[in-house]
Amino acid sequence: MNDFAELLDRLAYEPRRNAKLRLLQDYFAKTPDPERGYALAAMTGTLSFREAKPALIRGLVEARIDPVLFRLSHNYVGDLAETTALIWPGPLADEARVPAPEREREPVGAPGPGHNNPPPHVPTLAEVVETLSTIRKADLPQHLATWLDALDETGRWALLKLVTGNLRVGVSARLAKTAVGALGGHEADAVEEVWHGLKAPFETLFAWAEGRGPRPETLNPAPFRPPMLSHPIEEETDFDKLAPADFSGEWKWDGIRVQLVGGRDAAGEQVARIYSRTGEDISGAFPDLAEAVTFTGTLDGELLILRESRVQSFNVLQQRLNRKAVTGKLTEEFPAHVRAYDLLTADGEDLRGLGFVERRARLEAFVATLDHVRIDVSPLVPFSTWEDLAAARADPAALGAGLDADAIEGVMLKRRDSPYLPGRPKGPWWKWKREPHLVDAVMMYAQRGHGKRSSFYSDYTFGVWRDGADGPELVPVGKAYHGFTDAELAKLDRYVRNHTVKRFGPVREVAYGTEGGLVLEIAFEGVQRSTRHKSGVAMRFPRVSRIRWDKPAAEADRIDLLERILARGERETMPGTTLEIAE
Amino acid sequence: MTLRAGDLLTLTREGLYCPLGRFHVDPTWPVERALISHGHADHARAGHGSVLATGETLRIMAVRYGEDFCGARQEAVLGADVRVGDVTVRFAPAGHVLGSAQIAIEAQGVRVVVSGDYKRAHDPTCRPFEVVPCDVFITEATFGLPVFRMPDTAAEVRKLLDSVALFPERAHIVGAYALGKAQRVMMLLREAGYDRPIHLHGAMEKLTELYKREGFALGDTPKVAATDRAGLKGAIVLCPPSSIQDVWSRKFPDPVTSFASGWMRVRARARQKGVELPLVISDHADWPDLCRTIRETGAGEVWVTHGQEDALVHWCGTQGIKAKPLHMLGYGDDGDAEPAPVEAAQDAADEVTDEAAA
Repeated sequence: MNDFAELLDRLAYEPRRNAKLRLLQDYFAKTPDPERGYALAAMTGTLSFREAKPALIRGLVEARIDPVLFRLSHNYVGDLAETTALIWPGPLADEARVPAPEREREPVGAPGPGHNNPPPHVPTLAEVVETLSTIRKADLPQHLATWLDALDETGRWALLKLVTGNLRVGVSARLAKTAVGALGGHEADAVEEVWHGLKAPFETLFAWAEGRGPRPETLNPAPFRPPMLSHPIEEETDFDKLAPADFSGEWKWDGIRVQLVGGRDAAGEQVARIYSRTGEDISGAFPDLAEAVTFTGTLDGELLILRESRVQSFNVLQQRLNRKAVTGKLTEEFPAHVRAYDLLTADGEDLRGLGFVERRARLEAFVATLDHVRIDVSPLVPFSTWEDLAAARADPAALGAGLDADAIEGVMLKRRDSPYLPGRPKGPWWKWKREPHLVDAVMMYAQRGHGKRSSFYSDYTFGVWRDGADGPELVPVGKAYHGFTDAELAKLDRYVRNHTVKRFGPVREVAYGTEGGLVLEIAFEGVQRSTRHKSGVAMRFPRVSRIRWDKPAAEADRIDLLERILARGERETMPGTTLEIAE
Repeated sequence: MTLRAGDLLTLTREGLYCPLGRFHVDPTWPVERALISHGHADHARAGHGSVLATGETLRIMAVRYGEDFCGARQEAVLGADVRVGDVTVRFAPAGHVLGSAQIAIEAQGVRVVVSGDYKRAHDPTCRPFEVVPCDVFITEATFGLPVFRMPDTAAEVRKLLDSVALFPERAHIVGAYALGKAQRVMMLLREAGYDRPIHLHGAMEKLTELYKREGFALGDTPKVAATDRAGLKGAIVLCPPSSIQDVWSRKFPDPVTSFASGWMRVRARARQKGVELPLVISDHADWPDLCRTIRETGAGEVWVTHGQEDALVHWCGTQGIKAKPLHMLGYGDDGDAEPAPVEAAQDAADEVTDEAAA
């Protein structure tokens, strides 16, 4: 447990991806089974056991530490797990300790006189996980206290993070799998291919990765297959090198990329899975769609909400994603649908080696045979010149998408002869997004970045004008931290340092108002309503598109602009309003 | 006991004042006569009429402020009684930094000890703390919460050396206060067997030279020249805390930012400063040592100068010791002011971060 804790501790402070990867690899290489397997499970979120509530932990501490001192400490540190880890009495006499007569819960079965006190047994991660998944709720406090007594501070912190289900150390499941693969020179995608169907402590996976064992036979009848991804096209340079006849066009849908996988298990029962782009099993969130997976095969497509055969905007989909409980009412109000654009396997045959055109023909036939109301094929966008395609991208509604145009965020280009390659190969697939929305906003706060940018003020909070009680005022609407070059970043950093009016830890407030301030042209993909922002709106994917050194702050945009965009997106949120828009 | 502690020491605008001896202790403003506990800037200021302090502290002040930092100076010998006005004064080691001392003030059988800043942990760069029995003990409380239990310094230095081994192509930039902490880290590195050069930010040079003159074997400590920063792969570089996230640190090869401070015990503090490799090395007494020291002095009354007073005053109450906070202004953690409480602006900046990433 202590080695795992030390790893988490290092990861929590490390901002760089490559350095995280090295820490992980180092750990996996040095740590024996089954310990490392449980660590992998913890970091990929595949553990499930009884979690401890904050009140339980507070109770354990207050039986040992003066509650006043604990409260003052908790106020100061801020985090319950960390405060507890730091304040938990060590083996030595401790000055904050509640005097013995006042202690309510002395450990039961304390060793009697003449008994040699053995050194406390430091639990392994494997022991902790195995115990937590089997014990009764009433036994949890006693086990937790015994472990806390045995562990060092970092160990206590990691344990408490683990048992409160709050293990956030900035490592994605993908990164952990990448590190496992790297043990034997395998790509992360190779790990993904065998991942589903494996369980903690993943001994066969490590054996294979280290070249000591065969590739784990995936017994999963519905495994995830890493998807093929695209590159954004550079209008200025890329089109000149490409021939329109080599490519096929499709709409780029503004939904969630999913993989629908169906198969039969050993008992002949149908297994249906819905995976996210990263291989997360999200079947539980979409039971209405999982029902449609009656086939044996792997479909790649976009998950969308359809109402009366009309694709709804991302805002509508968002409302379904935000709900924790999936109720019948929710699936009725927000029916999930898949618009498929590729077929990876069909009836046990792997189609990924075929060219796009052949796969497309198989896809159309497959979906037609399936004939399910929740699954259809994403239509092709015909074109013979790049100008044709540009016209479709500019106005999808007029060029085939009709009423679904609001859910289209651009066009996709796929090489007609390209096989289905996992990862993001350069050349076969391109995305060409629609022009983003633009707003001129005023920089209000700047924050230092992370990693290589830690000495630069690189994250900018910006605001737009609205009418306040005392005239026009700026209200923060978003934050952007990319879209500029290194040279521009250096200039922005200098601007922030020269125009700071207040400092709040790592955040600086810069001068802004009607008299002065820096205008940033912000590009973004859409607007959502938000209760967490003072302005009531939140932007999707905001980034700096231009720095308007020339523009007076007073001429920046008003909040009305964002509210108009929001209103347009929201027209579809109310069922029954479709006719009105359909004219 | 006719004399009361309050007659021996009171609080004035300039800081603690002894009316019977007509002197201040660690005044934050220029005064006629000052007794100085140690050389950190918030305790040792320039411009006093006369200064009584240990020889090391006087030499530190001369390096910092120039030879004319006060009118007249007198060296205090540790353990020796000195008559000042109507009181007897004695300096005793405080274990905080080179030359640091507690100041015992005694008259008519009543003794008050002003601890200044102090610690009990291992420090190869100064004399260890000595307990001086007293009636009133005036203590700091920089780390006066039970969450502050400082780890073994050797293990912290090992963390740094392990990181250097793991990332031999990256410079390790270690923030440390220029007086005391920096030299302690250098000595701890040498104790751990590290014999490569330790590179120094220009601001640390003069005080480090002073330590060498005082006889500390700090080894090779070249100053970082502007031109060779890019070449310092795998090097350990010490700089003032404010420089670790400054423009200065950018030119180093893929720097790992580290900070040697007791504050590093709290994750949020480390993150706030953008520290990737926190080293919990403190020059102040931690919670168990604050409590132990108060007990060992046998003091019936405790005054708390600065830091986390509430918890320590509460603890004294549970032990039947009379205690009060002095709420003194002007003392901080070695002059490195803590960031202002996070206010509305930070909230506004933060709340948009999360969703922008969604």
